[in-house]
Amino acid sequence: MIRNLLLAATLLATAPCALAQTVAITGGRVVTNTSQGIIENGTVVMNNGRIVSVGTGAAPAGATVVDAKGKWITPGLFAALSRIGLAELDSEDSTNNTSAGRSKFQTSLRAADSFDPDNTAIAVSRIEGVTRVALVEGVGDGLLSGYGALADTTGSFNSIFARDVVMYAELGESGASSAGGSRSAAWTWLTTAIDDAKAYPRGFSEDGEGDLLSSKEALAFKPVVEGRVPLMIEVHSATDILQVLTLRQREPKMKLILLGATEGWRVASQIAAAGVPVIVNSLTNLPDRFEELGATLENAGRLSAAGVKVAIADPNEATHNTRLIQQLAGNAVANGMSWADAFAAITSVPASIYGRSDLGSLKSGAIADVVIWDGDPLELMSSPDAVYIAGVSTPMVSRQTKLRDRYLNLDEDKPQAYERQ
Amino acid sequence: MNWRFHLLPAIALALGACATAAEPSAQTTAQSAASPVKALPARVSYPKDPFPSTYKPMPSEDVLIRNATVFDGLGGEIKNGAVLIQGGKIVAVGSEAAMTLPAGIKTIDASGKWVTPGIIDIHSHLGVYPSPGISAHQDGNEISGAVTAEVWAEHGLWPQDPGFTRAMAGGITAMEILPGSANLFGGRGVIIKAVPSRTAQGMKFPGAPYTLKMACGENPKRVYGYGNGGDGAGGKPYSRMGNVAGYREAWQNATEYKRKWDKYDAEFDAWEKEAKSPKPKDAGKQDDKSDKPADPPDAPDRNLQLDTLMGVLNGEILVQQHCYRADEMAQIIDLSKEFGYKVSAFHHGVEAYKIADLLAANGICGALWADWWGFKAEAYDGIRENIPMVHKAKGGCAIVHSDDAYGIQRLNQEAAKALADGLKAGINISKAEAWTWLSRNPAKALGILDKTGTLEPGKGADIVIWSGDPFSVYSRADLVFVDGAVTWNRADVNSQPVTDFELGQPGEGDRK
Repeated sequence: MIRNLLLAATLLATAPCALAQTVAITGGRVVTNTSQGIIENGTVVMNNGRIVSVGTGAAPAGATVVDAKGKWITPGLFAALSRIGLAELDSEDSTNNTSAGRSKFQTSLRAADSFDPDNTAIAVSRIEGVTRVALVEGVGDGLLSGYGALADTTGSFNSIFARDVVMYAELGESGASSAGGSRSAAWTWLTTAIDDAKAYPRGFSEDGEGDLLSSKEALAFKPVVEGRVPLMIEVHSATDILQVLTLRQREPKMKLILLGATEGWRVASQIAAAGVPVIVNSLTNLPDRFEELGATLENAGRLSAAGVKVAIADPNEATHNTRLIQQLAGNAVANGMSWADAFAAITSVPASIYGRSDLGSLKSGAIADVVIWDGDPLELMSSPDAVYIAGVSTPMVSRQTKLRDRYLNLDEDKPQAYERQ
Repeated sequence: MNWRFHLLPAIALALGACATAAEPSAQTTAQSAASPVKALPARVSYPKDPFPSTYKPMPSEDVLIRNATVFDGLGGEIKNGAVLIQGGKIVAVGSEAAMTLPAGIKTIDASGKWVTPGIIDIHSHLGVYPSPGISAHQDGNEISGAVTAEVWAEHGLWPQDPGFTRAMAGGITAMEILPGSANLFGGRGVIIKAVPSRTAQGMKFPGAPYTLKMACGENPKRVYGYGNGGDGAGGKPYSRMGNVAGYREAWQNATEYKRKWDKYDAEFDAWEKEAKSPKPKDAGKQDDKSDKPADPPDAPDRNLQLDTLMGVLNGEILVQQHCYRADEMAQIIDLSKEFGYKVSAFHHGVEAYKIADLLAANGICGALWADWWGFKAEAYDGIRENIPMVHKAKGGCAIVHSDDAYGIQRLNQEAAKALADGLKAGINISKAEAWTWLSRNPAKALGILDKTGTLEPGKGADIVIWSGDPFSVYSRADLVFVDGAVTWNRADVNSQPVTDFELGQPGEGDRK
């Protein structure tokens, strides 16, 4: 059975590899994430890495036809926050590049420079339908991370397709602790860093120091304070969220993203009015911290209903289980979010947050990240039959599937080590 | 595995008898009190249940749940089935037509819904690592030493942990609260019902055995050998070699301790027999010294740590062993044979699939995650088919566990993922069969299968009515029953407990 499945996957994988060839996926339920909505018995045509058309027409003459009757055809999943490729084993410092708390740098750091395309979590994520991720490191020596990047999940040496797309800051309880012990210290830290970057190079001392940042760090932070790159700020309590939103008045140029926002539902209208998108973990419903007392499974749905742009991701599962965004989104639906909003929260909304209108939806001209699912992609028992990244069918194999196949039968004559997968 | 569970009724009796050896000492005392002979010195023994359960089922109504798709927990599925609950017990399961129904019994129409046994999480730290996870609440690891079999999880259990109510909303009806895995011997676990209570004792599952948490691998050596255990920590074990040496040393001590107590009890038995039926006087001998009874034997000094380990060697306390790697599990199996005890379940067992045959042959369950992996070296080889691969071994016993205040809220979803991956790998398992991972198998590994874990007449009515197929992400637990009482009703806020901690806080009483 396994071998047959693999064989089928291999056939799928080999056929459309020639980029220039036109591929038409036909007969499936197409989730477009556009005004076209869901198209039954739809056809998605791709060529040269891009979507050519999405509709109900027949496959163009000469196209390689992939029959997806009874299947779902969707854009690839886009994780709004991930750390795949940054840590092979979380607990082993030698392999863990997710943050650099002992570095003297922060804004100068770049997640792209830490990314390892050979990381095993990449294929593990890809075969579950994740085709794009935003890589965001934790903070360095202060409250800020360096720059996050966008990567595809091909595992190729050129997986990074956009550098310097976001910067991360932590406030709330963690930020207070890092800044010296109080929220007011954290706020002063952040606003001082902003002022340094805005002022740079004016006001910097001869040895290149601002009030807080070195000249190198201030320079690196400048694109963020000038609004060319969004700042993703992690806060959880309603009060902390409102404090962050005051930045909209103080620094109207800056673009903000809220991460966490556990109590976002309490100030949903203010978040919506500020036009700030949020990335939430839709399963957070425990008062893990005092800043999360109002946690509820309905947060994602309530924010969405209030007009907030909601993406779904779990920073705590970011290195190895980015694939769980599927389950997170499904649970958001079970707790009041519309299916379309929940699916968008792991596809088109993240693409939009990072300014990539060419990803996250199936439309003419978009990059051809396409997944064929054996059922509703938010269901626990569904999984991809095929995953195309920029039009290329990818192998449905990971280190995990190789381990599985090696041990599926234990009654073999020779040790498993002789079994090639 | 079964030998252990056959002991249970005896254990339950013994719990009340306060005797190290067995019940007879209590009887002996009663007899001697009634006899004309002067009262004899009592045998030295210690209560086995000094913190007894005070759990009482909440009020319940007799009810017939009808028109449901029923997973009976034994692997069977009943379409359009019914479950009759009377006096907090399951009375009948199957076709409503075949049931004798009391006149006027309340009914719940479960058309379009699923009915299952309540979920039992065999691995939780709720209450000992509660929410909020502040420093004052870190009560799950006694990292004062690598062998702390003397500590009991129930003594750190905070019943106001909001996590308990979230677990109830997820269809949990019972769980095992374990100490953490910092230590080789972490201490005793406690089996509780998923019910609100002012005290840990009010949650304790009556008649359930105690358990012992042991841990393999990276955690003990990291906490001690690498010196992360706080000021002055360090020392052994530094390595997996040190782990096994630490187990063996402790088990050897326990073996000698047990030998002392067995010897004492045998000598006391003999002394008592002698004292109660003095030999007929030797007519030829006038020495009246022979009439004086000898002094009773001295009891060994009590050792709380070894009490727990001896309980394991006596088959009264069930070993729950945290272990990730296949090779380490194999070592632990040999260790258990060396000292004559049994491992009830390997917890986490990320590599259990590599030795599914060995686990099955030794009657050891694998309590596993659906898809956690990679967070440390011993979790590197995790695969999504672990649970179904352990299940498919002949005699295999797979359990879905959480080890997590979030995971416990949706173990049915974890089972669904594992089932799906198993099916895709060609392992054909029905949903009804997969439900054994969530209730029957954990009940078995916890020694409470005679009381819960399946929908069988005579068992406590620990039941969930799901809004739909519980293997769908969109389904929720509508009604949760423990001993026939509704502990959670999704449609009625008055049947949704709110912990003390959450009173007067943002979100109090909100849908969680």
